Amino acid sequence: MLALQLAWRFLREGRTQSLLILAGVTIGIAAFVFVSAIIEGLQVNLLEQTLGSQAHITVAPEEAPPRALMRAPGVAFARRIAPSEPRRRPFDQWQRAVRRVEATDGVVAVCPKVSGSALAYRGAAEEAVKVVGADAARLRRIVDIPANLVEGQYRLGGDEVVVGTSLADKLGARVGDPIRVRSGDRESVLRIVGIFDIGNEMVNGRWMVTSLRNAQTLLGRVGDITEIDARVADVYEAERIAREVEARTGVPTESWMERNRDLLTGLRSQDASTTMIRVFVLLAVAMGIASVLSVSVVQRRGQIGILRAVGTSRQIVLGVFLWQGVLFGLVGAVLGSLVGALAGELIETSALFDITVTPRLLFTALGVSVATGVLAAYLPARRAARLDPAAAIRGDE
Amino acid sequence: MTMTPPLLELEGVRKSYGNGVTTEILHGIDLSIRQGDLVALIGPSGSGKSTLLNLIGLLDRPTRGRIAIEGQAAEHLDDRALTALRGDKLGFIFQAHHLLPGLTVLENVMLPSAASRGGFHPSMRAPAEALLSGMGLGDWVDAWPRQLSGGMQQRVAVARALMNQPALVLADEPTGNLDTATSNQVVDLLRERNAESATAFLIVTHDPTLARRCDRVVELVDGVVVYDGAPSGMKSWD
Ligand SMILES: Nc1ncnc2c1ncn2[C@@H]1O[C@H](COP(=O)(O)OP(=O)(O)OP(=O)(O)O)[C@@H](O)[C@H]1O
Ligand SMILES: [Mg+2]
Repeated sequence: MLALQLAWRFLREGRTQSLLILAGVTIGIAAFVFVSAIIEGLQVNLLEQTLGSQAHITVAPEEAPPRALMRAPGVAFARRIAPSEPRRRPFDQWQRAVRRVEATDGVVAVCPKVSGSALAYRGAAEEAVKVVGADAARLRRIVDIPANLVEGQYRLGGDEVVVGTSLADKLGARVGDPIRVRSGDRESVLRIVGIFDIGNEMVNGRWMVTSLRNAQTLLGRVGDITEIDARVADVYEAERIAREVEARTGVPTESWMERNRDLLTGLRSQDASTTMIRVFVLLAVAMGIASVLSVSVVQRRGQIGILRAVGTSRQIVLGVFLWQGVLFGLVGAVLGSLVGALAGELIETSALFDITVTPRLLFTALGVSVATGVLAAYLPARRAARLDPAAAIRGDE
Repeated sequence: MTMTPPLLELEGVRKSYGNGVTTEILHGIDLSIRQGDLVALIGPSGSGKSTLLNLIGLLDRPTRGRIAIEGQAAEHLDDRALTALRGDKLGFIFQAHHLLPGLTVLENVMLPSAASRGGFHPSMRAPAEALLSGMGLGDWVDAWPRQLSGGMQQRVAVARALMNQPALVLADEPTGNLDTATSNQVVDLLRERNAESATAFLIVTHDPTLARRCDRVVELVDGVVVYDGAPSGMKSWD
């Protein structure tokens, strides 16, 4: 108590110095919060873009072995020969596999799907498309098309089909228009009931989403599916869960993390550079606090001597300077968080993604800032506590 | 006569400085102070007066010899116990570094009490205010030290030294920075306090007038006590 009371009075007395270093800590913590918020926002945005249109986990039987174009030492061969339909194996007992995926811990949504290549015709336009058939309610929990609908409705019954904006543009089609779709020697006429924009050109420009039954018929896979998509609660757990699902179902399973290795590597190295920035910012803050307190200890030698003479213990003197570090850290964290969040708010309007200042980030900033303050104050505080009171009062070294 | 131990007792106290080649500053000091004594410690510059005062004030440890306060030997006490004893039994008045500039006049006076009780409490206000009023500083309790004149600051320092009702007040040239009139006021104050309480005073001074107004004079020359008795018995005053 006495330590805190005296710390506060020392800070108040050295007002100019206190305010200057407080400004320094504030700027440091503001930078900490701002950079963290931007990187976090960027990462969340990248992940959303990536995962908004793909399943976290996909369970699918192996494709039939690819045909080699040519075999020669050192020459890679093509695995997939698009758009000719790859001969997939049927998904044996897929209903049972669905139940097993659903029963896996961490899985929050499961959707059996049938998908395959087809050609869509309208008037003179002809487009290669991907027909996706699934239950409307299940699919929306994997890919939220209803939330991204720009026209019409999200309905997948009868001859109804939902397409992306760019596919609709390429076909010159609007809601209500019929589209002829052909796959191999099978052909259907489907009617557009909704148009969506999901922010991913691969989906917007190619997907035709219809009922499971329509797709099965068109793709010649009646009663069969091609894959099971699943969503998990924690996206970074996807790989672990995928391995478990694979073990449970005996069917090859792939997570988004495997499919997007480059993205993941990018995110990790971004994390590393954010950490570097944070560490350097905190180092600068710590050095500022430490140098101000060191000067303060020297300036107050006489006062420290008096304190000791009137019966103040070494521990209290130590505490007086540690508390100064804590107060710098605490007040700097509060002000810095405000400034950082405000700066984030200001540039958010011009950024292409949400800048998220989460409570977790603020707590981290607070904890880290106070810890930095205490650590920075430690050496000066120890020096103050070890001062020889007689020498301090005499005013020599 | 009662057999209570003296308030302060020094036996063969020596103090050396430096490591390797050491210089002995105090060469075996014997001194005893009783409750209510008013003692002047005089001597030429460099004779070891401040050094002795620091030892008595438990701010420093003797190289050899024994210091006891109310019969309690200091050499067996650790830093924490010394600090507590200092806060309880001793008051300090220094020539410089009188007051903490970041604390109000009242807070400065309450400081010894706050140190022994672990913080400032509202209950400390009344006794501190009473002390200040008794010194004619009743209107200045909430002022900052820098707003006071040198003499007023020194009176605040006296009030602070008396706050914990110490048994012994140690003053190192308390009037060294003051003009004659102001220094007389401070001396009056010390005598007054000494007369109305059992508090003993040990006052280091270069000022013969001050020394003559004490009950007893101890003269130190080159680390040796050369006189200990009534002021009237001193052969010469410089
Ligand atoms: N920490 C120290 N290290 C080495 N020498 C010291 C130390 N403190 C004091 N001295 C020496 O001890 C001697 C006595 O010093 P002290 O301050 O006790 O004298 P003093 O009688 O108070 O003198 P003054 O009247 O000038 O205040 C001096 O020669 C001084 O240089
Ligand atoms: Mg001296």
